[in-house]
Amino acid sequence: MIENLDLSLVDWSRAQFALTAIYHWFFVPLTLGLSFIIAIMETLYVKTGREEWKRATKFWMTLFGINFAIGVATGIILEFEFGTNWSNYSWFVGDIFGAPLAIEGILAFFLESTFVAVMFFGWNKVSRRFHLISTWLVAIGANLSALWILVANAWMQNPVGMVFNPETARNEMVDFWAILFNPVAVDKFMHTITSGFLLASIFVIGVSSWYLIKKREEWLAKRSILIAGIFGFLSSLAVALTGDSSARTLAKVQPVKFAAFEALYEGKSNAGLVAIGLLKKSDETIGEKKVRDFVMKIEIPGFLSVMTGGDKDTYVPGIKDLVLGSSQDRQFISVEQKMIRGRYARDLLNEYKEAKKNNNHARADEIKNIFSGKDFINDYFSYFGYAFLKSPEDAIPNVPVAFYSFHLMVMLGFFFIALCALSVFLVLRDNLHKNRWFLWVALLSIPLVYLTSELGWVLAEMGRQPWIIQDLMPVSAAVSQIKAGSVITTFILFAVLFTALLTAEVSIMLKQIKSGPKHQEEIK
Amino acid sequence: MISYLFLQHYWWVIISLLASLLVFLMFVQGGQSFIFSLPAGETQKTMIINALGRKWEFTFTTLVTFGGAFFASFPLFYASSFGGAYWVWMTILFSFIIQAIAYEYRSKPSNVFGGKTFDIFLFINGALGPFLIGTAVGTFFTGSQFSLNNMNQVSWANHWHGLEALLDARNLSLGLSVLFLTRMNGLLYLVNSVEDEDLYERSLRKLITNSVSFLVFFLFFLTTLLISDGFQVNGEFGIVSTQKFKYLINFLEMPLVMIIFLTGVTAVLYGIGVTIFRHSRKGIWFTGSGTIMAVFALFLIAGFNGTAFYPSSFDPASSLTIRNASSSFFTLKTMMYVSFIIPFVIAYIWYAWKEINRKKITHTELKEEEHLY
Ligand code: HDD
Ligand code: HEM
Ligand code: HEM
Repeated sequence: MIENLDLSLVDWSRAQFALTAIYHWFFVPLTLGLSFIIAIMETLYVKTGREEWKRATKFWMTLFGINFAIGVATGIILEFEFGTNWSNYSWFVGDIFGAPLAIEGILAFFLESTFVAVMFFGWNKVSRRFHLISTWLVAIGANLSALWILVANAWMQNPVGMVFNPETARNEMVDFWAILFNPVAVDKFMHTITSGFLLASIFVIGVSSWYLIKKREEWLAKRSILIAGIFGFLSSLAVALTGDSSARTLAKVQPVKFAAFEALYEGKSNAGLVAIGLLKKSDETIGEKKVRDFVMKIEIPGFLSVMTGGDKDTYVPGIKDLVLGSSQDRQFISVEQKMIRGRYARDLLNEYKEAKKNNNHARADEIKNIFSGKDFINDYFSYFGYAFLKSPEDAIPNVPVAFYSFHLMVMLGFFFIALCALSVFLVLRDNLHKNRWFLWVALLSIPLVYLTSELGWVLAEMGRQPWIIQDLMPVSAAVSQIKAGSVITTFILFAVLFTALLTAEVSIMLKQIKSGPKHQEEIK
Repeated sequence: MISYLFLQHYWWVIISLLASLLVFLMFVQGGQSFIFSLPAGETQKTMIINALGRKWEFTFTTLVTFGGAFFASFPLFYASSFGGAYWVWMTILFSFIIQAIAYEYRSKPSNVFGGKTFDIFLFINGALGPFLIGTAVGTFFTGSQFSLNNMNQVSWANHWHGLEALLDARNLSLGLSVLFLTRMNGLLYLVNSVEDEDLYERSLRKLITNSVSFLVFFLFFLTTLLISDGFQVNGEFGIVSTQKFKYLINFLEMPLVMIIFLTGVTAVLYGIGVTIFRHSRKGIWFTGSGTIMAVFALFLIAGFNGTAFYPSSFDPASSLTIRNASSSFFTLKTMMYVSFIIPFVIAYIWYAWKEINRKKITHTELKEEEHLY
């Protein structure tokens, strides 16, 4: 396809996508979780009729609105960037990938935006019941939007439910349900939304703790901590469970990513799970690529084998096995071999195009038949993307990035379980205000939980490099053919604009928190 | 049995419908473009912004859905137009990013840049958004300079990456028509939903000049369209050739489409007329439905009757048609089932808005409203 690619174009396009995705993700998880917390509070208001609950609902709703607007602003960019920056990708997979995006618009975004309007403007205009239902629908709509985009993303991590059509040179959908119930999609959706719930809970606990430190708004702060603490505690358990399940699925569908985040170079049986570790440069290499080794690590012996295969004897392949092919009498298909197979599939595709051009219908039909054969798909086409690699090491992602992002995320995950549990415990014993250290820890956890959430995406996306679609298309083949200079320009524009908007957002948030919820008499 | 060809037409109808709704809903943008010139004083400005602000999400979501549906049903268009005409689409996107935060942030304390900045954002989005979208749609009739290789990958034949569309008088006239159309619709929406006598008088005066501008540009566009060549797709292999009076022929060969178009244009004119001469406040209903019908019909003549809807003036053989640019049969069929949900979506939107639009926007209404922009 594109042989003379410009590397800086690829890098800048990646950088631009990463920048816009990271910004978008600053705002999305709070939307996912806070919408439910607000809905719970409003339910309590409708049930008890207490004005304090209404006041609390409205306070968190204001913060929700400020965050929501910027989430929308950053989201539209991502959608259109598939076309503007990854146009070859958009054609190669548009037949499958476009559908979830469209369904998201029809099914989820309209639900969300319509009922957000009722939620904000409907207080004095619609009945209490209708308002409450609207608030719940906002929460459901927000999480439905998450579903479809995550189905699309999961398909890139583990492409299923399609066949390649040489005539159009693209993948075409044949099984919608396989795409929807892709095991990666199920894990991703559950893990992502529960992590959003957790993030929002920590946000609410943190902000409320600040009020308690300042000795203001005690009623509202304590109730908010109670609700967010329970919601957050349950979510944090779910986060750990779904994260674990994600890792198990990865071991099957993206073994290189799995080995990378465990920094497992040599495969073994009875493999230990690294709880804490530090990496350093070493002289060892895989092909041309230098390997990093552990300075120190604390391991849970045998646990990695148990996790992936159910018992200690399970062999967990390391990066070397997966790249070089075999070790310790075990056979894996080496990347070199996959490159050969991928090239075979690509050459056949080129031959097909040639035959079409020369009106050699017999040969064209013959090749078309080959492309729909099961064996060809499994043995050759499924390595199509490897045809673009220059050397086998290209298939290795950045190990330290994957390793640290994963381990930090997991450690912080366990910390948040403890934090939520403790907050519920302290609030129930009415001990919160005596434990100022706790209040400070809770407040400082807000940036930590945002960091954790971003790390999850860094792991998921960088851990799958060089692929934009696992094994089928590397990022370098996906990129739009425009001047690198154009992408650099838009990158800078995005960076400046988004940073400016983020500054405004944070500043407005802080101001709203400082001035606190409105009192009844202030509400005109 | 549902045929592939049927589905390709079905999806072009849905795309056309979404496009026409989008053009109508851009009355929000049209209204925003008046933010500095229409209101006398802060109160009126607040009224205008709150009247528009309660609807902006809607337009935005329609734009997003339009993009998603286009991607899903005609991915080759998505890939070649967005990846090729990079600068046009990026500029359009920037003008929408700044809109999305402007309403929520403009009047909030500590917004760093001051309310004026956000008002300027609204103005930029209001003027640039409709104009550029209109210009970009102009290339559906006038063509763009791209070519596709045998793997259907796009390359653009010039370094302007889409901005060259601004050099074509027909594209420009469509861009300006859309701009003035949305401005008219914006005024009529304000006339309908805000109760303030002075603002009403001012809106009427602006309506006259904007309607005249709209008519001038629109007539220019329409005349040139009807006499211009178009790309005709022939036979099963889709050989593309130019044909004289292609779009005029499309109207004549699809009389139903022509009727929709003429009804739409008449309704727009009638809406303007009753507002200016009979002082009706319901003009928006006529211009709105007229806008939807006219834009819908224009999209249909761009894509139906063997017409290339995204012609390449550089390499006619690369031109996109609803047949060669569409998704597979299976995807289009699956998506068709999904599209059956659309009426329900419209129904709940209708219901929800009916509930909250019960009160007109007046001074008292704004005093009672807590979520004020
Ligand atoms: C897990 C959830 C999640 C993820 C992974 C993404 N988004 Fe998102 N997106 C949302 C969850 C969400 C949301 C919660 O639904 C938002 C945030 C604020 C909002 O208004 O809706 C949203 C807004 C939002 C909007 C504006 C919608 C509107 O008009 O209301 C667009 C176009 C996108 N997103 C598109 C994307 C794309 C193309 C993504 C992938 C690259 C993406 N989002 C990742
Ligand atoms: C579902 C559609 C998605 C697509 C097509 C997609 C595609 C890409 C591409 C092409 C890159 C650049 C390649 C790279 O450098 O890794 C990238 C990077 C990245 N994406 Fe995604 N992504 C998707 C979803 C997301 C979402 C929803 C997020 C979270 C908000 C996300 C987070 C990231 C991050 C953090 C990076 C940075 C990795 C880096 O630095 O390179 N991705 N993604
Ligand atoms: C407690 C233990 C946790 C485990 C075992 C875990 C595990 C994982 C794994 C394996 C992935 C990669 C999935 C992939 O590449 O497809 C992942 C991704 C992710 N994690 Fe975690 N995680 C944990 C905690 C957290 C916490 C506390 C948060 C945030 C508050 C979080 C947020 C994310 C996000 C946003 C992603 C990207 C979405 C995805 O790929 O599913 N995780 N996690």
